[in-house]
Amino acid sequence: MNKYTERLINGLIKENPTFVLMLGMCPTLAVTTSAMNGLGMGLSTTLVLVFSNLLISLFRKVIPDGVRMPAFIVIVASLVTVVEFLMKAYTPDLAVQLGVYIPLIVVNCIILGRAESYASKNPVLPSIFDGIGMGLGFTFGLTSIGIIREILGAGQIFGAQILSLEWFTPVTIFVMAPGAFLVLAFLVAIMNIVREKMDAKGKPLAAPSGCLTGDCASCSQSAMCTGKKSE
Amino acid sequence: MSDLYNVSSSPHVRSKDTSSRIMLYVILALLPTTCFGIWNFGYRALILILVTIASCVASEWVFEKIVHKKSTINDFSAVVTGLLLALNLPATLPWWEAVIGGVFAIVIVKMMFGGLGQNFMNPALGARCFLLIAFAADMVKFEIDAYTGATPLAAMRNNEAVNTMDMLIGKTAGTIGETSAIAILIGAVILILFGVIDLKIPGTYIVTFVIFILIFGGRGFDPQYITAQLCGGGLMLGAFFMATDYVTSPITPIGKILFGICLGVLTGVFRMYGANAEGVSFAIILSNLLVPMIEKITVPRAFGLVKEGKKHE
Repeated sequence: MNKYTERLINGLIKENPTFVLMLGMCPTLAVTTSAMNGLGMGLSTTLVLVFSNLLISLFRKVIPDGVRMPAFIVIVASLVTVVEFLMKAYTPDLAVQLGVYIPLIVVNCIILGRAESYASKNPVLPSIFDGIGMGLGFTFGLTSIGIIREILGAGQIFGAQILSLEWFTPVTIFVMAPGAFLVLAFLVAIMNIVREKMDAKGKPLAAPSGCLTGDCASCSQSAMCTGKKSE
Repeated sequence: MSDLYNVSSSPHVRSKDTSSRIMLYVILALLPTTCFGIWNFGYRALILILVTIASCVASEWVFEKIVHKKSTINDFSAVVTGLLLALNLPATLPWWEAVIGGVFAIVIVKMMFGGLGQNFMNPALGARCFLLIAFAADMVKFEIDAYTGATPLAAMRNNEAVNTMDMLIGKTAGTIGETSAIAILIGAVILILFGVIDLKIPGTYIVTFVIFILIFGGRGFDPQYITAQLCGGGLMLGAFFMATDYVTSPITPIGKILFGICLGVLTGVFRMYGANAEGVSFAIILSNLLVPMIEKITVPRAFGLVKEGKKHE
């Protein structure tokens, strides 16, 4: 496996931002009321993520270390503004549905997290693939939560009625806030079972990767890292 | 490991009280309310109660089988949860919604957090609130004698006259177990006589609520209105049977009083200013969440210890 496909798999499964890293919880819980919203949110975040990784990786040698955070934010915010205008122009319905959560992509932890821990330390091409992988992982997470919530809460998938309302009573709690927490908790639990099974088989899913500094004390992933230095 | 190795240091208190014994007392105390509910709402109430209890017990048994734990259905706590949940449902609720409620109460509220003694909120009320949000239309459809009507609380909210005597006896619309204040009070007396509960929590709850109604109810001192507020909705059932749940109420004496005050104020706020006429179940599960904090600030001082600040006098 070359390092590009490795990056893709890493984002989709090993370090899935929704189910493993638990990043970007705010849009995950708030906009996944339907599969379409989840997909739209995921794809727009992916777009921002790919381009922010690309730009930050390009400029990584000229951004002074002391002001890297403001620099990253400026880059991300410009990209988000572009995406917001694009969505308002071409997918106005979705833009209304997602509302304030589109501008809020600026402060999405996944984007800043990838910028800080990967793009600012790696060459351009792997950074792009890292962005694609992470973005698709996020899209996958949001869409699957959205699908489950939409089926249970409205009997629909992507707006199409699949469960007839003649015999199906929509469980409205699933399209409301508590439903997001319930569905996320169950999906994370399932993911943890899968990871445990893989660990038992000797094929750990969460192999230490993205560890660049070796400084476990200040690493945000320290709690779930399996390759920690024993001190 | 045998239980013998788990003995703590002395002194030891010998007591006949076991979980199952206390649960049996609670079931006994709930019998008047249950019987009245069945008499008031007919066979549908009986079916709903049986279905809910069966769903609770079955889901506890199945969950413990799946996670390879010792079955705990013999302590009757699942039966009590099922019975309490059923008493909090309208008799017209479709049976499968009650089954979902039972599964939610046991699996998600109770077992996921570690089983009896570990749940962070009252399982029956957690499930009731889940159903209230999930199936809002079915949960507020109250029917009595084949006539769908507003509950007395909703009627009072619209400034309609209510018959306080009917509310005391229980011949009104509402959930299966909440309508009859008298039947609930008989059960409460049984609980107090057997020493299962003391009056601290229900007492402060009701007193605080009455004071709140006096100040913010907008009717001044109107005995008829206050009695109607007390007998209407789930207040009595909640105060004596759910707020006093050992697991989700404070253990310290001052904590119990604080807990009662929280309940009274929250119920008053929900009833006076909330979107619905009723707010007892939300008040109780919200206060359940405050219990760890209440206990933290009300730990009694151990004998012989001096208060922190006084040490260096």
